[in-house]
Amino acid sequence: MENTLDARGLNCPLPILRTKKTLNGMQPGDTLKVVATDPGSLKDMAAFCSQTGNTLLSSQQAGGDYEFLIRKA
Amino acid sequence: MNVAKLQAAAPDTLPTDLAALEAWFDRRLDEKLAEREANKVPSLCVIATKGTMDMAYPPFILASTASALGWNASIFFTFYGLELLRKDLHLKVSPQGNPAMPMKMPFGPDWLKRINMPIPNLVSGNLPGFESLATSLMEQTVKAKGVPSIKELRDICIESDVRLVACQMTVDLFNYRQDEFIPEIAEWIGATTYLGEARNADVCLFV
Repeated sequence: MENTLDARGLNCPLPILRTKKTLNGMQPGDTLKVVATDPGSLKDMAAFCSQTGNTLLSSQQAGGDYEFLIRKA
Repeated sequence: MNVAKLQAAAPDTLPTDLAALEAWFDRRLDEKLAEREANKVPSLCVIATKGTMDMAYPPFILASTASALGWNASIFFTFYGLELLRKDLHLKVSPQGNPAMPMKMPFGPDWLKRINMPIPNLVSGNLPGFESLATSLMEQTVKAKGVPSIKELRDICIESDVRLVACQMTVDLFNYRQDEFIPEIAEWIGATTYLGEARNADVCLFV
C-alpha cells in the first residue's frame, strides 16, 4: 500500500518528524511517498533512513520539490 | 569453562594451537563488540540553560529529531532554561547583546526581505517595546519559513517521549512554583541525579 505525505512548505526538522509519525502508522513493507520543499531534506531523509533501517527507494528533485520514496522496515 | 571443554563443545570452530586460539578470540571479540554497537539504542542528553526564543530551538529540535531516529532523548532545564517549560510561553528574542542577529523584514518583496537593518544597541536598548517588535518579527519569519514554533516543537517532544527534567534548585532560587510549569515534566532533579543520567549518554550537549 502506498501512502503520501505532503511536507511542502515545512522546514527542518518538521519534514523528518512528520515522516517518522506517518511511518509509525504504517505496516512493515509499505511504502511512503514524501514531497518536500526544504532543500535540507535531501540529506536529512537519507540520514534518517540509514539510521532507522528504513529503505530510501528513491530520492529526486522535481521542479522546486523533492520527492522521496521510502519503504518501511 | 576451560579451553579443553570449549574445544570439546565446538571441535570444528575452535583452533587448537595458542596463536590460532588468540586470533580466534580477537575475531570473536570484534564480532561481539560490533553486535553490541548495532543493538545499542543511542542516547542524547541536552542541558538547556537559556530562556530566549532563539536559544529555545536547539534543545527541542535536537531532542525531537533524536527521538524520531529512535534514540532515547532527554533535556535538562536549568536556570533560564526553565522558561521553556512554562505553561504560558512568553519567550522573547532581542538583538540587544546579540549582534549577530539579523534585523530583516519577514514580509514584502524579496529585495526588501534580504536587507539587513542593524539597529545600534543605543537605540534598541532605549526604545520602549523594541524587544516585543524584534520578537514579533522573528515569530513572523519563523512562520513564513515553515519552521515550527517553540510550542509546537515542545508538544512534539512530549508526544514522542522525550524525557523533560527540570532543576529543583532553580525553582527555589527564583521563588517559582512548580505548578507554573507544564505537568509533563518527568522529574525535578539536581546535579547529582542529572550526572547519573548523563554519564552513559552518547551525545551530551550544553545549550
